[in-house]
Order: sequence, then C-alpha cells, then structure tokens
Amino acid sequence: MPQMNLVQAVNSALDVMLGRDPSVVVMGEDVGYFGGVFRCTEGLQRKYGEHRVIDTPIAEGGIVAAAIGMGVNGLRPVAEIQFADYVYPAFDQIVSELARLRYRTAGEFSAAVTVRMPCGGGIRGGQTHSQSPEGIFTHVCGIKVVMPSNPYDAKGLLVSSIEDDDPVIFFEPKRIYNGPFDGDWHKPAVPWSTHSKGDVPAGHYTVPLCRAEIVRTGADVTILAYGTMVHVAEAAVRLAGVDAEIIDLRTLVPLDTDTMCSSVCKTGRCVIVHEATRFSGFGAELSATVQEECFWHLLAPIQRVTGWDTPYPHAFEWEYFPGPARIAAAIKTVMEAS
Amino acid sequence: MAAHESRLHIPPSPARPGEPPDFSYLKTSPAGSVPRPEITAPLVTIEPLASEMVRVLDDAGTAIGPWNPHLDPEDLQVGLRHMVLTRRFDDRMLRIQRQGRITFYLKSSGEEAVSVAGAMALRPDDMLFPSYRNQGLYIARGRSLVDLMCQCLSNTRDMCKGRQMPVLYHWGSGNIFSISGNLATQFPQAVGWAMAAALKGEDRLASSWIGEGATAEADFHHALTFAAVYQAPVILNVVNNQWAISTSQKIAGGELSTFAARGPGYGIPGIRVDGNDFLAVYAVMQWAAERARRGNGPTLIEHVTYRASAHSTSDDPSRYRPQEEGRAWPLGDPIARLERHLEVLGAWSADRQDRLEKELDAHIVECWREAATYGTPSEGPSLDPMTLFEDVFKEMPKSLARQRDELKALLGG
Repeated sequence: MPQMNLVQAVNSALDVMLGRDPSVVVMGEDVGYFGGVFRCTEGLQRKYGEHRVIDTPIAEGGIVAAAIGMGVNGLRPVAEIQFADYVYPAFDQIVSELARLRYRTAGEFSAAVTVRMPCGGGIRGGQTHSQSPEGIFTHVCGIKVVMPSNPYDAKGLLVSSIEDDDPVIFFEPKRIYNGPFDGDWHKPAVPWSTHSKGDVPAGHYTVPLCRAEIVRTGADVTILAYGTMVHVAEAAVRLAGVDAEIIDLRTLVPLDTDTMCSSVCKTGRCVIVHEATRFSGFGAELSATVQEECFWHLLAPIQRVTGWDTPYPHAFEWEYFPGPARIAAAIKTVMEAS
Repeated sequence: MAAHESRLHIPPSPARPGEPPDFSYLKTSPAGSVPRPEITAPLVTIEPLASEMVRVLDDAGTAIGPWNPHLDPEDLQVGLRHMVLTRRFDDRMLRIQRQGRITFYLKSSGEEAVSVAGAMALRPDDMLFPSYRNQGLYIARGRSLVDLMCQCLSNTRDMCKGRQMPVLYHWGSGNIFSISGNLATQFPQAVGWAMAAALKGEDRLASSWIGEGATAEADFHHALTFAAVYQAPVILNVVNNQWAISTSQKIAGGELSTFAARGPGYGIPGIRVDGNDFLAVYAVMQWAAERARRGNGPTLIEHVTYRASAHSTSDDPSRYRPQEEGRAWPLGDPIARLERHLEVLGAWSADRQDRLEKELDAHIVECWREAATYGTPSEGPSLDPMTLFEDVFKEMPKSLARQRDELKALLGG
C-alpha cells in the first residue's frame, strides 16, 4: 500500500474525485498552476485542466459564494480557504447561505460544497495563521464539520465530504501535514511513514462522516480529542502512565455521541482536549453532552485542556499550545479526584 | 504651516419631510439619444453608456431611437398585464398584512418594469437570482398567485414550509433562486452559477438583481470581480430606486458617480437605463443577454427607478422623505408610460385598462380565497410543527431526531 503524508492524502482524495466525477471542481487561491501553498493540489491542474482546478481571486467570500452558485447548478465544488484564519470574509456566505439553503427552500435548492481549510498552530504562524475556528462552525445548523488526525482518515473523510450532498467544512491540521506531531517541538520531526495511518490506499474509499474512532483502548479515563491533539493526547497518556482510552472524534458534526459516551460510562472519567480557545469552545459542548449522558457514571469532574483564551501568540506558541504536560496534569487531576 | 483643510464629507441630505422634493441630482438623457453599440464593441466605446441613460419612450409615449426593441403590441400588452397584476397583487397583499392576516409584506410598486421587462427579455431556462423586490419576475414567469400567497401565509401549501418571512420565495422548476434576507449574497452566487453553466457548455445565463444600497456590500465587489475574471454569462442588475430604507442613494455611493460606472472599472460594460421605461429595460436586458450568450461576458445594468412605496410594512417613509416626492419623480410611472405608448399605437384604451384591472382584481380575490383554504393564522389547516426539523440536513441526524421527539412529546403527539 502507498505511504502518504496528510498533504498527499488530501491530494489523492481530490485526484480520485476529480477522476471519478466530472461535476467535481477544485477552486481557491493558488490551487491551480502552483498547486497550493501547502501543495495539497499539486499536479491536479496539469492533470484535469484549468477549468476543473481553478485559480481564484483573493476573495474568500467570493470563492464560497461562487461555489454555492456552482453547487446550485449541479457541480460539486471543493473550495480551498488558504488558511482557516482567512475564512471570516466568507462567514456570511457559509452561515446564512450555504448552511441554510436546503432548509429555507424546503429541499428545493441545495449546494454540495466542501470547504477545505488548514487550521491549527505550531508553525510559528502567529494569530493569523494558527487558529482553530471549528467551534464557530459547529454552532451553525446545516453544515457538517470534519477534522482528521491522520492521512488515512483525511483521504477517506474528504472523499465522503465531497460525495455528501450536504455542505462540509473540512479542517486540515497543518501541524500534522508532514508527520504525527506529539506536542514536543524539541524532538526531531517524525514522518508519516513511521505511522500505520500513513498507509493510504491509492484508489477510492470512504471513512463515514458520523463515526469516531477509538485509537487506544483503556479502562481508567476517556480522552476526547481530534486533529493534532489526538497525537498529543497519546504522548500525554504515555507520560501519565495511565490506562486511558483515547477517542478521535474525526467528525464534530454530526457527532458520534454513542462511541464517546459509552467510553466515558465505562471509564468514569473524561478529559477533553482541543487546541482552540476554551470559552464557548467545542469542548464545552462535549463536556455538556458527557454530563447529560454519563453523569451517574462519572467518578470525577470533567476536565478540559485547551488553548488559552487569548489570540494565538507568535513568540509564546509553546506556552499557548495545550501540550502533553498540561494534558497529563489533567489526567492526574481526574485520577486523583476519586 | 499649511492649512489643514481635510474635512469629513457627509453627502448632502435628500429632501426631507416638509421640504420640497428635489431631484435636481438626477441626470437623464433624452429618449432615443443614446447610441446602441454592437455587443462585440470594445469596452471603451460602451463606457459612455454608464453615465448616460438609455431611454426609448419619449414624453408623448412614442418609442424612438436605436434601442427601440420593436416589440409587437401583443407582447407589450402581455408586459402591461404582468405589471398591472404585480401592482394589484402587491396592493392586495399590503391590505391583507394590514388586516393582520400575514406578518409582513414588501411592495415593488413603481419598479414593475425592471422585473417584468427583465424576465420577458430572457429565456425561461435562464436562472434568476432576485432580491426581495422582484415579485414581477414570478408574475412574468407565471407562478401561480396562490403559491405566492401560501408562502406569505406560511400555510400547508407554503413552498418554504414556514421557514421564511413573506416574499422570500423560491421556484426550482421556474429557475428562480431562493431570496435571502441578507442583502447582496445572491449577486456572487449568480456569477458562480453562470460560471458553472459556461463550464458545462450550457446555453443558459444567470441574471441577478440587488438594490443600489446593497452595492456597498463586499458581495457586490466579489460578483463583479469574479464575473469579469471568468467572463461569466451573467447580467448583474442594480435597481437604483433612490432609497435604502431612509438613506438616499448618495449614502450608497451614488453622489459622485453612477452605479453603472462601477462596471468599467472591473472591465464590465455598465449601462444606465431608465428603469421606468419598459421598452428601454427590455432592450438593454436583451442586449446584455445576447452578449452573454455569444461569449462576450457579463454586463452591469443600473435601472434608475423610484421606490414608490414604503420599504416594507415595517417602514413609514413619511418620517424621512416628502409625502409628495413620488409625484415629483422625473421618470414617471412604468405602467402609465407603457399604457400611454400602447394608446399611441392604437392598441390600448382607458376602457381596456379598466377591464384589465377589474379582471385581475377578481383573479387576485379568487386566488386569495383558494390560498386561505390551505390555512390562515386564524383558520383552516396548519403546518405540522414537526416539519421544522426537516431539511436541516438531507438525512436527519440522530441528535435532531431526539429534539423532534422532545417537541412531539411536549405537544402531546
């Protein structure tokens, strides 16, 4: 089986879908001739032409609006927002238009648009190249929200997203484009070839948009994570030396509450990890859901480990980043509480 | 030290209540005076049309000049009928709102030619992306008034299943896109639709309408940029009805330049047209449509018209403009002007007009009677509240099904 990093996996998903379905078009800033600033669309314009892999003006609102119009006219556009931090000019088109078109027309109109965007920090990008705005989009009714943690899932989830008739916001954690980063920035980078999920089939396959994955089974505490933080949580568990169950949510909307809640009911403890800021973050939704579903099984208060409630800093990136030490401390807290 | 002379400029206030109406700012061109360029003409030769005004009907009601579309009297009568129906329908729905039977309404009075002539100049399979003041598009394309009324009533036959405020219609099979309450969003969407049509090799174009006020939104800029870059087969219409609720078109950026003049800056022909002249609107739309179909790309059209009524039933224009302003509007009324033209052609009379109005009024009453049988706020069948959970996604997720069941239990279902 071919080995791919997450960039190549995204590229392969787009390649497969452009090849299979003539209604699929890829569009965005620098995605055509150049192949994208992160190389996710490299070679696709050469292979499929300028009409299917379209360089666009620098106008996120225009990109999403045009994608909606194309979707209404029967295409399946995959729009790239160069950084998730740049998505805000498109916010109205996503929230008021893309997300609600099916609803407001009682199903007469819809647009099967996938909006891809690299998210997350750890690349010295400062406050405009590091954000994790997934919680802003999970709060919007009518769009699905996906964030893979590895190349295999990235390809399978992206294929599912493009094939889905509902709009999907597809977040790509850029810190793990090239390897499974475990949160220790002092260590040399590890390539995806060292990880089993770097094995990615060359052809078409899907990972469903509604299922979390248990990446480590354990008995004592459940850790809910997604994206880069899945790998950081694994490192934290090694550090804490506990028998933790780690769940990679993969799809935030719709959320696989069954997998996560049956795990917490089993372990009795829950630590929620995300890189985004804490207040009103997606972790609050996870925490509330776990409380509602698992209250009588809980042995300790639920802990959240997140980015601080500040803009993403440039100089103090690693003080900001919810690294293994902070997660391990939260694990210790829930273990000692009971 | 040099004098500091920079001052914040606030565009001069339009005539306000108690002041005489003042349209001295409005620049017009004599009917028949503006040349009609070839659709393949270079931008530079078309550019003057952004500051002139294409007009076909003169004050006597005669059609003159190179833009005369030479429509048959029968077609003109159809156009008149659609415009009169639009106005009478609007008037009736306003009264119905005042009686408390619908929550809200928004008339297009005075602007009927923009929509009706526009729709008639296009083909039925061209895709329309309207604003909320384009009901004439629905009328001209033949959507049943019963359907429009049921939407306004949010009743059991409402195309939107009670999810949209009155007038925010859509019509999939009639090729009219859903109306958003957020302004200008449809403008770049229309461009995307047109890009897809071109990409697929279809002989169809898109046409979208927004008010002059909404041209200030970034969506307007996105639409013009994308339309120009990809030479999309799209007609972008700015309906300059002089008022964005209480602010004049000067606050939208119309003081120093026309809205049509935005076009050439993007490489798009901009044409300013007398929006109350049915023939001129038809001719300019036809010109733009032919351009788009021949692969010559987008056109920006500014329709100069006047919002004769309130912004909506939630608005009272007597608070911000002179009561008599409408009568002072230099471009007259689109229906009266087309009637006059038909009379000049010997194809219309006051008596026929009277009979037409009576016939259409009776039709509207009949439609309302039928619409009411599908439910009104006080009587008849009502929408199943459980439908409010449908169509958020194609398949209802489990979490939403649980919320639906919760409401069902609460309602004793």
